[in-house]
Amino acid sequence: MKLLDSTDSGNNSSIERTQYPYVTGTSVIGIKYKDGILMAADMGASYGSTLRYKSVERVKPVGKHSLIGASGEISDFQEILRSLDELILYDNMWDDGNSLGPKEVHNYLTRMMYNRRNKFDPLWNSLVLGGVKNGQKYLGMVSMIGVHFEDNHVATGFGNHLARPILRDEWHENLTFEDGVKLLEKCMRVLLYRDRSAVNKLQIAKITEEGVTVSQPYSLKTFWNFNAFQNPTAGAEGSW
Amino acid sequence: MTKQQANWSPYDNNGGTCVAIAGADYCVIAADTRMSTGYSILTRDYSKICKLADKCVMASSGFQADVKALQKVLSARHLIYQHQHNKQMSCPAMGQLLSNTLYYKRFFPYYSFNVLGGLDNEGKGCVYTYDAVGSYERVGYSSQGSGATLITPFLDNQLKSPSPLLLPAKDAVTPLSETEAIDLVKTCFASATERDIYTGDKLEIVVLNADGICREYMELRKD
Repeated sequence: MKLLDSTDSGNNSSIERTQYPYVTGTSVIGIKYKDGILMAADMGASYGSTLRYKSVERVKPVGKHSLIGASGEISDFQEILRSLDELILYDNMWDDGNSLGPKEVHNYLTRMMYNRRNKFDPLWNSLVLGGVKNGQKYLGMVSMIGVHFEDNHVATGFGNHLARPILRDEWHENLTFEDGVKLLEKCMRVLLYRDRSAVNKLQIAKITEEGVTVSQPYSLKTFWNFNAFQNPTAGAEGSW
Repeated sequence: MTKQQANWSPYDNNGGTCVAIAGADYCVIAADTRMSTGYSILTRDYSKICKLADKCVMASSGFQADVKALQKVLSARHLIYQHQHNKQMSCPAMGQLLSNTLYYKRFFPYYSFNVLGGLDNEGKGCVYTYDAVGSYERVGYSSQGSGATLITPFLDNQLKSPSPLLLPAKDAVTPLSETEAIDLVKTCFASATERDIYTGDKLEIVVLNADGICREYMELRKD
């Protein structure tokens, strides 16, 4: 998007800068489990307050050893995927039996995000990067200004506020696959109830030493008939 | 046309506190391991301490992406120094390099509040304290970060620093023993954790002396 900066003196040079995100994805959650990493994200992409796209894959494999999940501007995510594609391609072209692991990919993403922030033209994403290489599990996060860290469980956006507390309480070392999925679904359900940009169609991706599996899209069961929601104005007629 | 305002900030404060105390033949550098953003905790297990050279350790708090970039730059420069001079950088030399590196970005600063700790060329403990744009000073002890306002007055009281106005200049390093200094640091952080929301989870303590480097941890309140 070309913006004429008010500081340029009338000639048609324009400075392209990211000011706002347009099409955005909401939270991504990632956890380490016994055999590797589990990552969940819904398939929605909002255009402001409109839930515009409902089949967007926000979790993608990267090379042999990693998974990337993104929230924020979808077009920037697509740009990142192209850069990662190129990165993996050049890595494969060495044909030396070595391949980039999740730690390396995370570092590459951090440098990319930080450098764009330095140019005041950020990629408007929060990224979750997880993977397994040589039995070592790795799970990390990068924000749009380059803040990065690794942990046993990570979440972006609303997930930080709603899912992380659940994970802090219930995550433990050596979760089985079934328990991991149940834990992620519990977090995704809370997000579905409380995040207005969440949609009820999600994918859970798994990465282990053997490889990547991204589940088919599915929905969570929800319950809206809580007593407190029935007759909400009982006792205070006239309010809503 | 009205000037466009930025609606995102290139900076964030990820919180945390760092402390360093210089002794006669040792140096204690400590920092908590909490990383926050706004009112959320991102992770409870994040090291703010970086070993730059054999006798030089830096602890930094502030904006984590800038801290990491700064550590990277200094480590890379140290490697080049080693290739060129076939020796490790001394702590005073690294002190100057850090100052210059920070000032280099005077007009888009590294939002990083640093304390540098180590042993000088005579083996005495030395601590350098910095602001975000590189102004620095050698001191006997220092604290930076979100809990600094709580810790510094306490250290002033306990370590009875001589006035820098005295002539001849009196040595600022503390006469305390290594164990006493470590204990003091633990007390500082336990107190700061009580009142500063950005300080807590775990304390990482690094001790540099003639025998080398050693590291220990202490649990802090997680609320």
